[in-house]
Amino acid sequence: MSHDQPSKVTLPKDYKSGVKPVWCPGCGDFGVLGSITKALSGLHIAPEDAAVISGIGCSSRVPTYLSTYGFHGVHGRALSLATGLKVARPDLTVIATGGDGDGFSIGGNHFLHTCRRNPDLTYVVMDNQVYGMTKGQASPTTDPNWERGKLTPSGTGINPFQPLVIGLASGANFIARCSSSDSNGTARILMEAIRHPGFSLVQVLSPCVTFRPEQSEWKHMLEPSPKDPTSDPEVAARRLLKDHGLYTGILYRGDRPAYQPRLEAGIDDLSVLDQEFIL
Amino acid sequence: MNHQNLSIVLTGSGGSGVMTTGSMLLEAAARAGWYGFMGRSAGPQIRGGEAAAVLRVSNRPVESPDDDFDLVLAIDPGSVGRFVAEIPMTSETLLISDEEAGRRGAALPDTIAQVLDLPMSSLAKTIKGGRANMIALGALARMVGLPEESIYPVLEKVLQAKGTEALEASWACVRLGFEAGADLPGLNGPVVSSDPHRQRWSITGNEAAGLGAIRGGVRFVAAYPITPATEMLEWLAATLPGVGGVLVQAEDELASINQVIGASFGGTPALTATSGPGFALMTESIGLAVASEVPVVVVDVMRCGPSTGIATKSEQSDLNIALYGLHGDAPHVVVAPASVSDSVFTTHWAVALSESLQTAVIVLSDQSIGQTRAIINRPPDQTITARRLVPESYEEPYCRYAIEQSAVSPMAIPGQKGGQYTADGLEHNQAGTPSSLPEDHIAQLDKRERKIREFDFGEHWADLEGTGGTAVITWGSSSGAVREALARLQDQGVNIRLIALRLLAPERPADMAAALQGVERVLVVEQSHSKQFFRYLRASYDLPAETRLFNRPGPLPFRPNEIIEQLADWGAAS
Repeated sequence: MSHDQPSKVTLPKDYKSGVKPVWCPGCGDFGVLGSITKALSGLHIAPEDAAVISGIGCSSRVPTYLSTYGFHGVHGRALSLATGLKVARPDLTVIATGGDGDGFSIGGNHFLHTCRRNPDLTYVVMDNQVYGMTKGQASPTTDPNWERGKLTPSGTGINPFQPLVIGLASGANFIARCSSSDSNGTARILMEAIRHPGFSLVQVLSPCVTFRPEQSEWKHMLEPSPKDPTSDPEVAARRLLKDHGLYTGILYRGDRPAYQPRLEAGIDDLSVLDQEFIL
Repeated sequence: MNHQNLSIVLTGSGGSGVMTTGSMLLEAAARAGWYGFMGRSAGPQIRGGEAAAVLRVSNRPVESPDDDFDLVLAIDPGSVGRFVAEIPMTSETLLISDEEAGRRGAALPDTIAQVLDLPMSSLAKTIKGGRANMIALGALARMVGLPEESIYPVLEKVLQAKGTEALEASWACVRLGFEAGADLPGLNGPVVSSDPHRQRWSITGNEAAGLGAIRGGVRFVAAYPITPATEMLEWLAATLPGVGGVLVQAEDELASINQVIGASFGGTPALTATSGPGFALMTESIGLAVASEVPVVVVDVMRCGPSTGIATKSEQSDLNIALYGLHGDAPHVVVAPASVSDSVFTTHWAVALSESLQTAVIVLSDQSIGQTRAIINRPPDQTITARRLVPESYEEPYCRYAIEQSAVSPMAIPGQKGGQYTADGLEHNQAGTPSSLPEDHIAQLDKRERKIREFDFGEHWADLEGTGGTAVITWGSSSGAVREALARLQDQGVNIRLIALRLLAPERPADMAAALQGVERVLVVEQSHSKQFFRYLRASYDLPAETRLFNRPGPLPFRPNEIIEQLADWGAAS
């Protein structure tokens, strides 16, 4: 299960299952899928030693398209599935994938508490500010004035969720922002995120070409963060609060130890447990 | 040997220590070789408020409350009124209260033969640090025939942490109470000829379920606290690390059930426990375990519902949600322990069933089992060897949901090379790839139904006792009162069959038909207002035309004489 001693070279393509994605042509998630395979290959993690866990939504389809172990669960609970798996099987590399609706709306509570708990997981959120699978409703990260969501024809009028600020405040140990259009750059950041102990939050701006075609412009608007990554949460908080949401790169690298209850070798003879009940 | 027993209830309010007193009395009784149990009845207050410790002690194992109470002791008189409906009294009942400590309150029945005064509060004041409940303990010990010195080791065990002063003050109170007890009528406590080879246990239903879970192989538990399941989770939190396991306190029940599914996907047998409100939150994800074929066990320690209901009191009203609460066609297993003692076996069995069948198993315990401490014979050791079927080798391509002669497919565990697959709540084909084709949906629905239908559940599906043309069908905690009623009738030469279901889903029509062979009349007994068990039986089984129902909601438990009355009204009890 070591990341350093591969039995043979595994190429990015070896991490693909061959199942054809349901995504629309031009969807940003294709790029993210490629970045995940490159990161796993780059770290020499054997496909059987990785598990990719998701909830529901376009980007939650990722596990099916990989040749690793995977779990495509119910809406919003990817981080809970991933936490249970990682605690029980700390030897595995566990990655959760999903979208902004899955992670920050229906799964919002688990997002907060997984940041707090800080298990050694990497969470890749493909943020497109829209519910794509249900055909174009506003998501928690949608601008309040976006009026093309049919459930909110006058715009949501409410403040967008700021995942990186909230992630930092809740205790995420590694925070980065990437672009789906920069597949190699995202792969490099994912490698760092996977290596970093504790909970790594990676927001990937991944355009929805069908319901948010204007997001195709993101690739021209995104720019590398002008600052080096900080490990000071106060500095990171200030930067993230002032951030216009379009800086990419590693934005915070914390040093909290990962949550991992020790699984000691237990007693074999369970009759010892009877003792406390015997009169 | 005659069945000798005493039923005692202690009531109090505002931290008067009735639960401690009751526990100590039970422990002293246990050390004297008696059997018995102590249940808890409480209001919603976190601390204080009225509480009642409900005890029954006996010369043999008991699983049911008796018909009425021999002795009611109110540490403060005002507390009795709150429990009148829960404490059947007769002209033989003794009520002991402390007249100086306040008014007895309204709503007391006028049938009580004797109301006796025991100035617990003023006696306690004669001792520095003395407490009225310890006076009560001494007096009770005297009345029921426990030797004075049998109390000391119990005090020592419970009060050790509070220091010598507290221990000595309590002991002085117990002795004073014991002295005062000499002026009170003696009750005939059970006479036991204790068998030194027979090991007896003191255990709660929640602990018993935890022990069964660990014996079954559970090594991962995710938990969100909820009354009355919390003690099971707390026991597991303390015990799991010693057996190589772990409990994670989750942020809510949605997280609990999904963490459990994640851990089990990783190969570790996993469980969560909750009560009705939490169970309702979990149902979507229990369906995920069914669809993705991941073994999990969910224990629902039922309480009065719906909604928040009565969190501290028992009811058998989550049967419907356990049987039918999952959306879609989601075959799964539902089992129920019949008693504190049976919670060890039934939970152990539940884990084995979930691992063997790769599906969700729901265990329906309830507050009256979970929060009751019972003195029982050592539960029999079980040799249930059922294990999860894991592939021995991988041939290309591995099909996680392969449909073979057996509908249980070998389940790969992450880390195994060649076994990679994606577990999915989306309908899928045999390889696990999402599919919306009708033929894949039908094939997988058939597979998931067939693996449960074809499984041999053996003799554990129900407890069958007795003979005759009349049968009582019941389940879970109601079984105790029915069993005792039928035993009493049998002592009078009346034979009635007991069918106490342990396996509620899947249905066992052939087994039930065999159990009902020659039965012309059936009485169904259940603790639910909307006749949940009765409707389930009518829908699932062929019952005789002469089938009657005796049901009521919680929290009042069934008592043996009520069952006998029902049968007598029908002419079946003679």
